[in-house]
Amino acid sequence: MVESGFSSPRSDPFPSGLRVLVVDDDPTWLKILEKMLKKCSYEVTTCSLARDALNKLREKKDGYDIVISDVNMPDMDGFKLLEHVGLEMDLPVIMMSVDGETRRVMKGVQHGACDYLLKPIRMKELRNIWQHVFRKRIHEVRDIESLEGLESIHMTISDSDLSEDGNLFSREDATSAKKRKDAETRHDDKDFSDPSTKKARVVWSVDLHQKFVKAVNHIGLDKVGPKKILDLMNVPWLTRENVASHLQILTEKIPFMQKYRLYLGRLLKENDAKSSVIGTKHADSPSKDSTGIFGHKNLTNMHQNDVLGGSYGFPVANSLVQSVDVRGHEGDQKRNASVPEADMKGTLSVDLPGPHKAKSSQMCFDDSFAPNDSGMNYTSFDHPIPSGYSLSEIAEIHFKQESRPLDLENCFNQLPLPDPQHHIQSEYLQSAPPISSGLSTTKRDASSSIEAKPSYDEYNRGNHIKHFDSFPVQMSESLNGQVFEPISATISNMKSQGFNLNCLTDWESVQRNIYWEVEAPFAPVLQGDCYAMNLGLQNIDFTEYSDFTEYIDPTLFAKVPSHLYDALSFDYEHIFDPTECPVIDQGLFIA
Amino acid sequence: MERNQQRRQLAVMRQSLFDQEYLDEQFIQLEELQDDANPNFVEEVVTLYYRDSARLIQSIEQALEKKPLDFSKLDGYMHQFKGSSSSIGAKKVKAESTLFREYCRVGNGEGCIRTFQQLKKEYTTLKKKLEAYFQLARQVGPAETACRPK
Repeated sequence: MVESGFSSPRSDPFPSGLRVLVVDDDPTWLKILEKMLKKCSYEVTTCSLARDALNKLREKKDGYDIVISDVNMPDMDGFKLLEHVGLEMDLPVIMMSVDGETRRVMKGVQHGACDYLLKPIRMKELRNIWQHVFRKRIHEVRDIESLEGLESIHMTISDSDLSEDGNLFSREDATSAKKRKDAETRHDDKDFSDPSTKKARVVWSVDLHQKFVKAVNHIGLDKVGPKKILDLMNVPWLTRENVASHLQILTEKIPFMQKYRLYLGRLLKENDAKSSVIGTKHADSPSKDSTGIFGHKNLTNMHQNDVLGGSYGFPVANSLVQSVDVRGHEGDQKRNASVPEADMKGTLSVDLPGPHKAKSSQMCFDDSFAPNDSGMNYTSFDHPIPSGYSLSEIAEIHFKQESRPLDLENCFNQLPLPDPQHHIQSEYLQSAPPISSGLSTTKRDASSSIEAKPSYDEYNRGNHIKHFDSFPVQMSESLNGQVFEPISATISNMKSQGFNLNCLTDWESVQRNIYWEVEAPFAPVLQGDCYAMNLGLQNIDFTEYSDFTEYIDPTLFAKVPSHLYDALSFDYEHIFDPTECPVIDQGLFIA
Repeated sequence: MERNQQRRQLAVMRQSLFDQEYLDEQFIQLEELQDDANPNFVEEVVTLYYRDSARLIQSIEQALEKKPLDFSKLDGYMHQFKGSSSSIGAKKVKAESTLFREYCRVGNGEGCIRTFQQLKKEYTTLKKKLEAYFQLARQVGPAETACRPK
């Protein structure tokens, strides 16, 4: 037995020295696997009992990179071990068995196995296991990066205008702060030999961001690119990567924000006679699509490599889009048809057996700036939902229900339910359709432009856009500070239940950013909430996502003034009308 | 030279194990794992297999004597046994295991007992052949054993 060091420095390049924990009650296989893994230059630790394995893992957090376990073990079901490892340590787990029955394999995948190997196992199969570790790392980096990006913005903004200091940190409880630290630390400690996973920590101050936005505006939404932006910004210490990352966060990680901003811009425009200062800089026909912060066209370009493999769980966007899909949006027809049976649970909920399965939402968003293949390589083993289905499709199924009037209290109260999986989802799903029903039909323009893109693009962009179609009415209305309180509480609740609220983090933060721009008085509260929520949510396992509908607080969509209903596409600039909101400086995309 | 003769003999022995389907590809995998760090790796693994599977054989034997037969338990044992046998590439033994499990699935006690007898035969035959093989291999030297069949 070889004990791997706690944080063994590796002189050889990754994946050499990969720390593998093998669990198998069969001594013959244990010996063979150990030898095979050693031949791959991995560091091997063997266990013949699941309990032993768990103890080892718990003793040395971060002592292993990946776990390989047999399905059948005397003291504990391999699937149980799989769940434990996923929950407690969040390590990739590979299952093994001599039984290759589809049912079992599916079960393994459902429980979160990142791969399922059939015995007899070949060396070459073991050689490739490092990809699971690598993939996870990449997504962790991206998750942290984007959240930090948002977070730093919030932090900066909060510093400058904090009339309600208490609010800022009130909702971050000790656990979340600690976990966030752990997540960050863990990220830092990981041995990222691959340069693509290195991240540049830049605090995007308001000033810096304004420079950024100015540059973007100047270049033109459809021609924007990190290099051009960097050149224009004229910030010596800033690197192209910093800019690319920021751009990424703002456009891809939160793609639905675009539509959102478009919508809000419209609202502002209607609410305020004065045309925005910023607005004049851009070509913008409210009825057209490409006026979002980075335009639909841009999204298309940038999302070239986006496939279902996404690192950010924005299934919400997808699921909410469904309302539009359901209503017969042309482009979606083909997607509508292809949802697999397996993914459709009886009731209106996206299949979410547990945090592991939530990974399926990961498929929806990928980072086109990052190594392209990471997202594309999501095979069925990586995600509970086989590639080829987006959550949008799945959620779409769920959304096929008649609209019901928004029952805010209900929706809200239903959030902290003990059973995370189906119950909450269906509750939220109830609220979702009404949201969409309130939509104006004008948004079709924006959406339709998306639909022309290749299918995967559509999943992401189109869905996001449509997602916003669903939201605008509600979003714009929930500018009250009060709205956020329940949300935050809700989120804390959900957090405590082990949900992954990463998607919500981004979503909520986006919301708040928008809100600030629209209603100044509530800005501090919003910011505080947002930041707190970011912090609170960050610690959640970034790689696990759940149906967004679980977390979207319907109270957000409470009462939307009717005049907001006909928003179509918003102009990027309109969102930030300085005359409208004194707090506009604190917006995310302000020039 | 006797050495060369032995080498030839060893090669023939090895080839026939594959030809007669006593062993499959997995055995070659084991051979490929053998190196200077573990010069007797294959033999060690096979020894480990026979030692460990012996108790499984015994458990199955005992379970087959109970009336009525607990097919689920039998299947469980055989599943383990099959997994183990796959580790050394014991082809015929594995085939019998699969058949046994099939009989368990349909609840055919007679079939189970019959198959198990056949399985034990194959199991023992293979053991003897491998013992002879390794004995000769040790005499010949480690380098001779690692070559793929046709």
